Amino acid sequence: MPAAARLVRGVAGALPVAAVGGFMALFFVWPIGGVIARGLGGTGPAAALGDVLGSGSHRSVIWFTVWQAAASTALTVAVALPAAGAMARLDFRGRRILRALATVPFVLPTVVVAAAFEGLFDRFGLAGGGAVNLRHTVWAILMAHVFFNYAVVLRTVGAHWAALDARVEDQARVLGASRLEVFRRVVLPRLAPSIAAASAIVFLFSFTSFGVVLVLGGPARATIETEIYRFAVVRLDLAAAAALAVVQLVAVVALVAVSNALERRRAVAEPVASPAAAPRRRGPGLVANLTLMAVILGLPVGVLVERSLSAGRSGGYTLRNYTAMAERVNLLPDTALAALGNSLMFAVPAAALALVVGGAATLAIMRAGSGGDRLIGRAFDIGLTLPLGTSAVTVGLGFLLVLNRGPIDIRTSVLVVPIAHAVVGIPFVVRTLVPMLRTVNPRTREAAAVLGASPRRVRREVDLRVAARGVAVGAGFAFAVSLGEFGATSFIPRRPETLTAPLALFRLLGTPGETLRGQAMALAVALMALTAVAVFVMDLWGDTRRGVF
Amino acid sequence: MLTVSGATVAFGRVQALDRIDLEVATGEVVAILGPSGCGKSTLLRAVAGLQPLDTGEVRWDGQDLAGLPVHRRDFGLMFQEHALFSHRDVAANVAFGLRMQKIDVSARRRRVREVLALVGLAGFEEREIATLSGGEAQRVALARSLAPKPQLLMLDEPLGSLDRPRREELTEELRSLLRGIGMTVLHVTHDHDEAFAVGDRVAVMQSGRIARIGTPADIWHDPRRAEVARFLGHANVVTVGESGAVPWGRLPAPAGPAVVRTDAFSRVDEPVPGADPVVSGTVADVRFRGDRFELTLRTDPGDVELVVRDPRRAAIGDRLSYAIAPARIASLEAYED
Repeated sequence: MPAAARLVRGVAGALPVAAVGGFMALFFVWPIGGVIARGLGGTGPAAALGDVLGSGSHRSVIWFTVWQAAASTALTVAVALPAAGAMARLDFRGRRILRALATVPFVLPTVVVAAAFEGLFDRFGLAGGGAVNLRHTVWAILMAHVFFNYAVVLRTVGAHWAALDARVEDQARVLGASRLEVFRRVVLPRLAPSIAAASAIVFLFSFTSFGVVLVLGGPARATIETEIYRFAVVRLDLAAAAALAVVQLVAVVALVAVSNALERRRAVAEPVASPAAAPRRRGPGLVANLTLMAVILGLPVGVLVERSLSAGRSGGYTLRNYTAMAERVNLLPDTALAALGNSLMFAVPAAALALVVGGAATLAIMRAGSGGDRLIGRAFDIGLTLPLGTSAVTVGLGFLLVLNRGPIDIRTSVLVVPIAHAVVGIPFVVRTLVPMLRTVNPRTREAAAVLGASPRRVRREVDLRVAARGVAVGAGFAFAVSLGEFGATSFIPRRPETLTAPLALFRLLGTPGETLRGQAMALAVALMALTAVAVFVMDLWGDTRRGVF
Repeated sequence: MLTVSGATVAFGRVQALDRIDLEVATGEVVAILGPSGCGKSTLLRAVAGLQPLDTGEVRWDGQDLAGLPVHRRDFGLMFQEHALFSHRDVAANVAFGLRMQKIDVSARRRRVREVLALVGLAGFEEREIATLSGGEAQRVALARSLAPKPQLLMLDEPLGSLDRPRREELTEELRSLLRGIGMTVLHVTHDHDEAFAVGDRVAVMQSGRIARIGTPADIWHDPRRAEVARFLGHANVVTVGESGAVPWGRLPAPAGPAVVRTDAFSRVDEPVPGADPVVSGTVADVRFRGDRFELTLRTDPGDVELVVRDPRRAAIGDRLSYAIAPARIASLEAYED
């Protein structure tokens, strides 16, 4: 190839990388850098950080964040494990549909989940006044986290379980082990890598959970995430907020590193059995499993729908709550319906942006992973996956801190919303694509190379083909994430054009009054329906069995 | 012609290839035979360019291939686990190499049909990979490797995943197919029957080295080294002492290790003085082998177990004598490694 042509090709190849790098630098590195600088700054080195760690109330917030995340993780694994087994091993009609349905809670906007549990407490008199009060307790948070993360365990562990050779279990039965012993001694040890991987993710999500804790925990139950918000937006103490965000960032980096290591171990450890080795059969416990699943996942959703149709104290059912969405209330700068429209409009560019940037990041991760030097590859991997764990609230705080500087004031532009949503959505795209591509047998790439495909051609012919479905799934996720994004958006200055449905829902939920409550429930149902459709379609379309989510 | 000289690859402390020298003439089929872990797959990967050599070189028609990347070598490699493109149908798998050569659609389609017919899968073009049986997948992988007419075809345990009857049937097919198209082939296997059936020459590989290379008959009759003899299935590897002394008597062989083939023995009812050396003993075990019996004979003096091939029936506990044909004794090199 002549030098000029090589140069042109090199530049053409480097351009997308540069564009993606530029995007990440401007909208991730810079804002996060701003948060870190502010958090460590102040009088003397690390003064703000020292204040945070030195204060008893902050320390108790950090401790609560850790233990509620641990409790949420343990509960979720305990509750979802039997269902994962049923999905993997039992034969029943509608398994695929059920798996898709069970995934819906995971992608529901956090504020919608909070609304569903608020509705549940209202409906059954658990919101105070009765014998039992769950409102603004840690129980409310734990229940919502189980509901939310159920699918992570169901899918991650279920897929691994289905791939395990069932003949090994039969062998143990023949050798005299009871069903329970087989589970304890044969199944559980082999499932350990995927249980660990799923737990790491559930812990991370519970640790950085925002909307659920803010609404359901109330002022009494605060985590690092909600404290960052309270200090930045309510008390306007940006230094304290940034210092808390630094603590959060350090914890999250550690968690992501652990999660990555577990993920890598899982990819190595996972044996893939032939379909014949893992026959599905009829077995006991199916009815119990499905009932439990229906209660845990179905009840909050069912009650939410019922509440949205309820006419309140006068009794009976009505569509009044839905028609009210088109009317202005003083609380909001625009109608709930307009907020819903805004959300849909933001979700399209946000998903497209997340897909482009996330796709390029995936390529970079894969290339780093296939490189010769494992140490450099691993460091690169962590650097690139760091954004995966960065909480939406930290991103929002970063935007608030830095984006009014520079040539154009992006912070006051409407564009800031889809950009923030894309930054939050990118990790979901990456986490969908990378595991998919890791399943490609390296022999397949070698086979293509031996048959005459250049390295570039191998990527196109083998990896891109495999990734095609992942792209659809990733786009669906990014779309759903944008629809429900609350953490970062809550830092964006309030204007009618930037009012999104989750923001409107949060305001409605936080204000007492029967009619506002009813409208909140209706808006939650509408938002839920939109996300559910996006995710349901993508789940039936793409095969996400091997994805992390 | 393929020339490998001094090829060495180490994985940590394991010497996967240890100064391998090998030549494969154009049109020749060389079978690499060895136990698992002996380095035979690494040798194929090194020739294909998938595994860089620590030292040594690989040449094709005298040209050093060191700088030539995998995809420009025009070699075919069929993997043990097939590595089919599961997201494409059979025709697209077979056509892949042809597409890389930028062969036009109609010629491609013709060649795919031709190659599928050659491997006995005519009409399989539109089948999905997931629906293929083990034997069919193996044939598709072979067809995919054959389609671009590579200068050198490498097969890594191509029949490894099949059950015994299919294996034997396909060994036969593969042998006539490879002979028929006159391709230069490196065929890796751990099964000596397969190696002997397919290879013009067989190279026995052990611990990263080629321990013995030659025609199948040469290797079988004269394995030269004890570990090669044992790997090929020779049961009677004995140590001969000064002037042919062995525990049960004498053998007409020089001092050192030797192989006494199981077909060297013929039953004698009455020993004839001055004829071939004779061994006597008690039958310790009898195994039916279809056209013959295989006996374990515990020798009278010496108490050594010999495996003997005998067309005649015998029972455990029988006392029998056998003459040993000197031509069926092969001396081995007495060298420790």
